[in-house]
Amino acid sequence: MTNNLTNKNIDILENPVLKMEHLHVAYGKTDKYAVRDVSATIKKNAITAIMGPSGCGKSTLLRAINRMHQLYPDIKTLGNIYLNDEDITKMSAIHLRRKIGMVFQRPNPFPTMSIYDNVVAGYKLNGIRMKKNERDAIVEKSLISVGLWDEVKDSLRKKGTFLSGGQQQRLCIARAIAFKPDVILLDEPTSALDPIATSKVEDLLVQLKKEYTIVLVTHNMSQAARISDYSMFMYLGDLVEYGKTKMMFTNPRDKKTEEYLTGKFG
Amino acid sequence: MGQKNSVKMEAHKLKDNSAYRTLKDKVFLIGVIIVSVITISPIVLIIGKLVWEGVGQINFSFFTETTPSTFEAMTAVANNEVIPGGIVNGIMGTFLIVGMASLIAIPIGILIGLFLYENQQSRYAGLIRSLSDILQGVPSIVLGLISYLWVVKNVVQGYSALAGSVALAVMMLPLIIRSTEETMKMIPGTLKEAALALGVPYYKVIIRVLIPSGFSGLATGVLLAISRILGETAPLMLTTLGNPMINWDITAPTSAVPLLIWNFYNDPNMINLIWSSSLFLMGFVLTMNIISKRLVAKI
Repeated sequence: MTNNLTNKNIDILENPVLKMEHLHVAYGKTDKYAVRDVSATIKKNAITAIMGPSGCGKSTLLRAINRMHQLYPDIKTLGNIYLNDEDITKMSAIHLRRKIGMVFQRPNPFPTMSIYDNVVAGYKLNGIRMKKNERDAIVEKSLISVGLWDEVKDSLRKKGTFLSGGQQQRLCIARAIAFKPDVILLDEPTSALDPIATSKVEDLLVQLKKEYTIVLVTHNMSQAARISDYSMFMYLGDLVEYGKTKMMFTNPRDKKTEEYLTGKFG
Repeated sequence: MGQKNSVKMEAHKLKDNSAYRTLKDKVFLIGVIIVSVITISPIVLIIGKLVWEGVGQINFSFFTETTPSTFEAMTAVANNEVIPGGIVNGIMGTFLIVGMASLIAIPIGILIGLFLYENQQSRYAGLIRSLSDILQGVPSIVLGLISYLWVVKNVVQGYSALAGSVALAVMMLPLIIRSTEETMKMIPGTLKEAALALGVPYYKVIIRVLIPSGFSGLATGVLLAISRILGETAPLMLTTLGNPMINWDITAPTSAVPLLIWNFYNDPNMINLIWSSSLFLMGFVLTMNIISKRLVAKI
């Protein structure tokens, strides 16, 4: 397995949930790649942080994992991604996205739906019918998992947009985990939140990694240091370094990583 | 040193100007007030005139009885009485024609608007967008003529409510298309991505997420389109003709409030009914406009 992975910095992980091989993503017809030849494996039940300066391709890489790029005909994706050894390009996008949840930069609960309906939006919008008590159980469990149950249990019928920004973001995480996905992708989930809400979301992610595999894009180095087990450092579309977070922050192997972590650029 | 002096000089100059600035400010304020009064005076004058002349005719029978004959009207005017009868045939006809036009135009218009929003860059969408803009500029009498050729001559073989609805639906289309596209553009793109990231099929994202999120915007566009066609007279003259009785048959000639106003205008005995019918039509359009403004404010 090591031979076909070109990036020598990668720690080899046994039984990865996600495996990327020679992944390229390009915007438009140009030959400029936003993500260039990235090969990496993502460990199960761990938080993997993708960091790097703005425009380095972090989000682009993340969005390739649940094939979000497919919505925009201008974006070309090359290379392979495997979810539990299954080629994601061979799966239907709908099936894939039910197995890989996503949380966005800005909290985006559906404005026309109540808190309750937002949590089960995945089931509701997909037309999956279930009994009311089953649905209630999913709502309660998901909201307890994100620590929102006590705050909203009396106002489940209110619109999701009535909540504060941090609560909305946790609601969005609840919506993503209600489907019991294998992987949760988070695209800078705390960049629109205040410090208190941020620390709540971070604590939550550490709790959630027991059950889920988490891939987190962040431009906040200290956040990656605080909560992630593995870190990727990307620069101008290249995966410069990938390894255990503790190792990378104490003893980076690449000069670029060291310069970024010490604040020389970025 | 020299620079410091010149700065002081500038400050001195500015202080001297302040009286002139205050004056300029006042002149502009007065100018703006005059211009805005000029702008709103026509609507105030129109509503005032309609209420003044028309309110005397508005009673219960105005909304429940059909149009009187010339003879009845003449007798009433000669005896200095209120003209008997009402315009219920016109009101019902307007509801029938406009309702049917909405049934035709709303689904088609919203679907085309969604298509334009989803394919903003495509050349075909650009063509549709320009054609829809051109359609908006087509004179309504021309649309009436076209509907006369299509429906009156070839489908129903006679004047009918359906022919009028077709002409009005074509008028509504560009308005609904534009407002749908603009409303959809205002919905944050992340909402669509959030739904798709949950594995929701594309068509369900549109039906269950995008349309409900933009509902008030869509409703506003529809209401504005309806209030735009409520007063159309020219296309109806060529297509629905008019009818002194209440008619619910879409293949028969039908009356409408603006058509009645035209008829009353041509009959010297009915002058008083012009004002009350106009007042009714104006009030109806105004209500629609106010409701749609409220909907916009709710977004």
